[in-house]
Amino acid sequence: MLVQILFWAFAAVLVGSALGVILTRNPVHSALSLVLCFVTSAAIWLLIEAEFLAVVLVLVYVGAVMVLFLFVVMMLDINTEELRSGFTRYAWLGWLTAGVVIAEIVGVVMARSLGVDVTKGAEPLPADYSNTTELGAALFTQYAYPFELAAVLLLVAIVAAIALTMRKRPGHKVQDVAKQVAVRPQDRIRIVKMDPEKGA
Amino acid sequence: MITLGHLLALSAVLFAIAVAGVFLNRKNVILLLMCVELLLLAANFNFVAFSRYLGDISGQVFVFFVLTVAAAESAIGLAILVVLFRERRSINVEDLNTLKG
Repeated sequence: MLVQILFWAFAAVLVGSALGVILTRNPVHSALSLVLCFVTSAAIWLLIEAEFLAVVLVLVYVGAVMVLFLFVVMMLDINTEELRSGFTRYAWLGWLTAGVVIAEIVGVVMARSLGVDVTKGAEPLPADYSNTTELGAALFTQYAYPFELAAVLLLVAIVAAIALTMRKRPGHKVQDVAKQVAVRPQDRIRIVKMDPEKGA
Repeated sequence: MITLGHLLALSAVLFAIAVAGVFLNRKNVILLLMCVELLLLAANFNFVAFSRYLGDISGQVFVFFVLTVAAAESAIGLAILVVLFRERRSINVEDLNTLKG
């Protein structure tokens, strides 16, 4: 019963914050609504006992991706008024598409063609069940090769993001590390031989 | 008791809101990227729900990979956005007409 109350509460917050993402005028508010979306999704995943993914969602999405979004939103000087013009012109098409999408999904689920009973609850898990252990066992045995591919993908993404945004500006003062390392004592100090001076 | 139907309905609503968001904010690239993140979240919801209710951990492994790809996508997407803003001083989709598409 408590689980059900929590589920409905989180579901309401999730839908409300998703609407906040698409309807607010300020992109910063949209990004913060999206953060709320991810946190409530993580809570719902905890309720259905997918603990590891809930933690990963908060760490990766809220901790990294959304911070990146907020950083970019605040870095760029965006004229939101111009971007909002024509907001309502295609609104009917948006809501129509949303309605069609919902109708299609309901049609697929209600047709019972999936071979699963959507009205039953999940089997209760044993007390010593560890979601993280199970996930790790699958990830490092059966899915070890895809896991390594994912790591390579992240590396490529890092390189691509840096390569895209790096630029040379004229008049930009940077260190030349190779020159610094290759410097010799003769280049920097000059030893002057001179006679000691006599005091008056 | 939370049934599979509850989770599928919630994910359908989330997906529909994100699709509507793509139409509503079709000029602002940042909001389009955020809507894509919402779409991926809705898809992940289905994966987690089916994984839990069918007792197969593979669905959750797949969510792990989807999170990886989504993180890479948003990092590169935002990098492109920053370069775009530097070149054009605007992120309006309608200003992106160099390719005459």
